[in-house]
Amino acid sequence: MNPNYLDFEQPIAELEVKIEELQLVGSDNDINIGEEIANLRAKSTRLTEKVYSNLTAWDIVKVARHPMRPYTMDYIPRVFTDFDELHGDRHFGDDNAIVGGLARLDDEPVVVIGQEKGRSVKDKVARNFGMPKPEGYRKALRLMQLAERFSLPVITLIDTPGAYPGIDSEERGISEAIAQNLAVMSRLKTPIICLVIGEGSSGGALGIGVGDHLAMLQYSTYFVISPEGCANIIWKTSERAPQAAEAMGVTSAVLQKLGIVDATIEEPLGGAHRDLDLIASRVKQHLVEQLRQQRELPVETMLENRYARLMSYGND
Amino acid sequence: MSWLDKIIPNAVRSEVKEERRSSVPEGLWKKCVKCEAVLYRPDLERNLNVCPKCQHHMRIGARRRLEIFLDEGDRKEIHVNVEPIDRLKFKDKKRYRDRLSAAQKSTGERDALVAVEGKLFGMPVIAVAFEFNFHGGSMGYAVGEKFTRSAQTALEKNIPLVCFAASGGARMQEALISLMQMAKTSAVLERMKQFSIPYISVMTDPLYGGVSASLALLGDINVAEPDARAGFAGPNIIEQTIRQKLPKGFQRSEFLLEHGAIDMIVPRGELRGKLAGVLSKLTHSAMSPREEERQIDVPVLTETPAVFAALEGELVVADDDLTGDSTLPRSEP
Repeated sequence: MNPNYLDFEQPIAELEVKIEELQLVGSDNDINIGEEIANLRAKSTRLTEKVYSNLTAWDIVKVARHPMRPYTMDYIPRVFTDFDELHGDRHFGDDNAIVGGLARLDDEPVVVIGQEKGRSVKDKVARNFGMPKPEGYRKALRLMQLAERFSLPVITLIDTPGAYPGIDSEERGISEAIAQNLAVMSRLKTPIICLVIGEGSSGGALGIGVGDHLAMLQYSTYFVISPEGCANIIWKTSERAPQAAEAMGVTSAVLQKLGIVDATIEEPLGGAHRDLDLIASRVKQHLVEQLRQQRELPVETMLENRYARLMSYGND
Repeated sequence: MSWLDKIIPNAVRSEVKEERRSSVPEGLWKKCVKCEAVLYRPDLERNLNVCPKCQHHMRIGARRRLEIFLDEGDRKEIHVNVEPIDRLKFKDKKRYRDRLSAAQKSTGERDALVAVEGKLFGMPVIAVAFEFNFHGGSMGYAVGEKFTRSAQTALEKNIPLVCFAASGGARMQEALISLMQMAKTSAVLERMKQFSIPYISVMTDPLYGGVSASLALLGDINVAEPDARAGFAGPNIIEQTIRQKLPKGFQRSEFLLEHGAIDMIVPRGELRGKLAGVLSKLTHSAMSPREEERQIDVPVLTETPAVFAALEGELVVADDDLTGDSTLPRSEP
């Protein structure tokens, strides 16, 4: 099995291998096989389109967690310019599972905050696999308050398997840290635009996810408990995760219908990792447009809208 | 075993079972799960379901909670009509709708939160309490909505809000709608803060997940009952993640106090007086409950009847035999 492809993508992987082989043959051979390669490419595209038009909720969870999925640190240099990373919660430490700092979006200064899973093994360990501890949420809070003070909009990129469940996390008050962020974000006097780029897992995701606008990438996922966790509780086996994913409605399509998610950003064919520059440009376009809309509103109106929206969650 | 039993951390679950098993029998006598003392039920109830011998705080339902907290009379249940909604038409082994009906039937509640407007030593307050027996006190739309409306009532009337939380967390069957109740309840509490209306959160056993990471930790004053378990992640999950045994007393009230998460631990019998004292100062009320009023009557322990005392030593194994009426004195001593 090709590790760059998910299980349901294996037929596509096989075609891609053939294309690669032909290209190698072509380079040290006179025979013109360009036409054959073009045919196979077209076939591969058609196949990918077909596979991706029939994704189950569980398939989407897998794409959202793809090892090559673009992370916060892939988006920051492609969407923003002039990024100054800021560190520390001023109380206990710095949490690398949450990255934050000042940057420019289309020349406008903003504060960007995102969860980062880490790419290399070393990086993953340093970032605790994207599972923030209280100091991560408190750093985010500090940066949001800084944003409010200097009238900078806040952009958050959500991608976490959840807040870290550990002894130190509990000792330092992970519940309080998340709760505090929810409370403060509900009234922060500056626009907050939230985007789920990969995996939005429960309170750990929501801890940087309250704002004026919430969007999801097409193949990202957002849930109150992981499908494996849900399956474990109901069926006592994580093998029923696909069923749990379906039942909970963990995709942007369902969540948009429920009125929780406002917009879905279309991903390149085969997922965001197939064309990083393309997805980054779409993300940028989306953020710029959303900020423009929020800025047209007087701050008081924006806050009233935000509060009304929070109060409406779950109403018909 | 229901789904609910499964989401409750093992440690908590075993106690639920034990508590059920050891109710000796559904009658006049109850065995304390902690010290195994056999207690005369009317005594126990007079002592607010706290074991008079070892001070173990047994779980109590939402209505009983509010009944012992608020002044007698002058009570009005509010926001009664908030109903759970199955927006996702969630179905696993059973339909969520059917699970809801079953829970409603067995508890007599519409969902897991009860809200009452009443008085505390004459001071008007809104008090809400979680019913743990309803889907593990989990928070879905109805709980979030009723909590929020209760807070809004407190805002409108400019009176304090007190919440007694006991919950397994967000309700899985309402998926992201449940998660968003965390944001909703936190937002309304933040609004209360801006209008300087006091909110006291009382953590009772057990309290985990989404309710812990939102409304329960946002009190102007955070209080816990002795030995209550409260935390973000359940002990099982933490043990699986870190592959270590958890230290003794982890996530107990004393742990929370030591780590700065709560202001004080208050025994059940002192809650009324203590919270009244705190609220009267926060609201600049002259009223200050007199010391003797702060204390509840300490019940005179009824002597365990001889026939029962003889059995006491064997109770642990003899539980099942004791469920019949014949061996137990039923009449008032």
